[in-house]
Amino acid sequence: MVTAREVAEGVLDPELPVLTLADLGVLREVTETAGRVVVTITPTYSGCPAIDQMRSDLRASLAGAGYRDVEVRTVLAPAWTTDWITDAGRRKLAEYGIAPPARIGPRPAGPVPLNLTPPPSRVRCPRCGSAETVELSRFSATACRALRRCESCREPFEHVKEL
Amino acid sequence: MSFDNAYDAITEDSGDDRQWAFGTGFDDPLSGVDRAVPGEVSTSDLSVYCLMLADDALILSQRLTEWCSRAPELEEDVALANIALDLLGQARLLLARAGEVEGAGRDEDALAYLRDEHEFRNVRLVEIDCGPGPGGDFATTIARLLVFSTWRLAVLGQLAHSGDPVLAAVAAKGVKELAYHRDHAAQWTLRLAGGTDFSRERMVAGLATVWPLHDELFTPHPVELALPAVAVDPSTVRPEVDEVLDTVLAEADLSRPRVSPLAMVGGRAGRDGVHTEALGYLLAPMQHLARALPGARW
Repeated sequence: MVTAREVAEGVLDPELPVLTLADLGVLREVTETAGRVVVTITPTYSGCPAIDQMRSDLRASLAGAGYRDVEVRTVLAPAWTTDWITDAGRRKLAEYGIAPPARIGPRPAGPVPLNLTPPPSRVRCPRCGSAETVELSRFSATACRALRRCESCREPFEHVKEL
Repeated sequence: MSFDNAYDAITEDSGDDRQWAFGTGFDDPLSGVDRAVPGEVSTSDLSVYCLMLADDALILSQRLTEWCSRAPELEEDVALANIALDLLGQARLLLARAGEVEGAGRDEDALAYLRDEHEFRNVRLVEIDCGPGPGGDFATTIARLLVFSTWRLAVLGQLAHSGDPVLAAVAAKGVKELAYHRDHAAQWTLRLAGGTDFSRERMVAGLATVWPLHDELFTPHPVELALPAVAVDPSTVRPEVDEVLDTVLAEADLSRPRVSPLAMVGGRAGRDGVHTEALGYLLAPMQHLARALPGARW
């Protein structure tokens, strides 16, 4: 029998179905005590509509693997950051045609600096690898993605924006 | 259950041939979150404070969604809807917290849909009609978003150190979201002010429309002052907010509108449930279905 952790780690993200919840970094903890499984996840954005889908996918997958007594908990703190997307997750995103986020590190203390111009491009085109890309819109089909275009191959593509 | 798209999820055969209409259909958003109330805190004050923060986000979210399909370009439809979704997410967490701390059995849906106008605790800035429609235009909406997101970002920045674990967690997450809401509004302010004579004229007029409601943001309410280790006294964020707004205005070659603050009513305003007439017109469509058909399903 596969462990509860292995089952939970393999559940796919509802909005980026090339990533598992483990790749995305939202799966915080899986504990199994006397047949009772407690899975802890964290939302990506406050209004992420996928969080309920994640809970029900986790329960369904665990039930399918024979785990009937499952509780899915949500923790809000510490807040999720795109830095928690694993190396495997970044590779899968790029292969799927979505540019992965850059690593941003911890936010310095004090007021958040104002950006009066869009930040300079550090995003490579996932199709041709060119660094000549521009942001078309900071907002795209889901909260976590921005829309960009490659100036070399002219293809539009999505980018998981840094948070 | 996994679906290829949202429509499949909505039309899923749930066994009883009924689908949700009232409420989110989602689980409790605070499921599993550590929600112990700090010992020395008044639960009634904490509940009201959560409502203030929640209502600001809920009402502006509703206003922003009015733009969906009516923004000047498709990307902006998506942007304003995304910002509205972030605020709605913050509102849900805060309403759920307000309801559980209050202890009267009201959940987030009851608080959003079944309160009357005078029970809403939002600042008046978020409720006024800034368009689309006769109350304003895109520039006015951007002006409001600039002022509101700059202020809320500063408040949440302090609230991330709150003695209430739920408020601290909601704020720490909200800071990341408000940071790009503010950047979006600031960048549009520059584009409109530096664009054509017409776009600049609209930006100037938009700022003048929202500026009378700027002072109210920094006026502390007794409940905020009664929760020193938990709540943020909004008068303390004024220097930070002023500095950011002045930076944006200077870069856009704009100046602060010379307008008087909108008067309070007997010393009371949005935080006390005293609103402009715009709020009733906003709540009517927002609450209509839930009130006409309580617990409705189809």
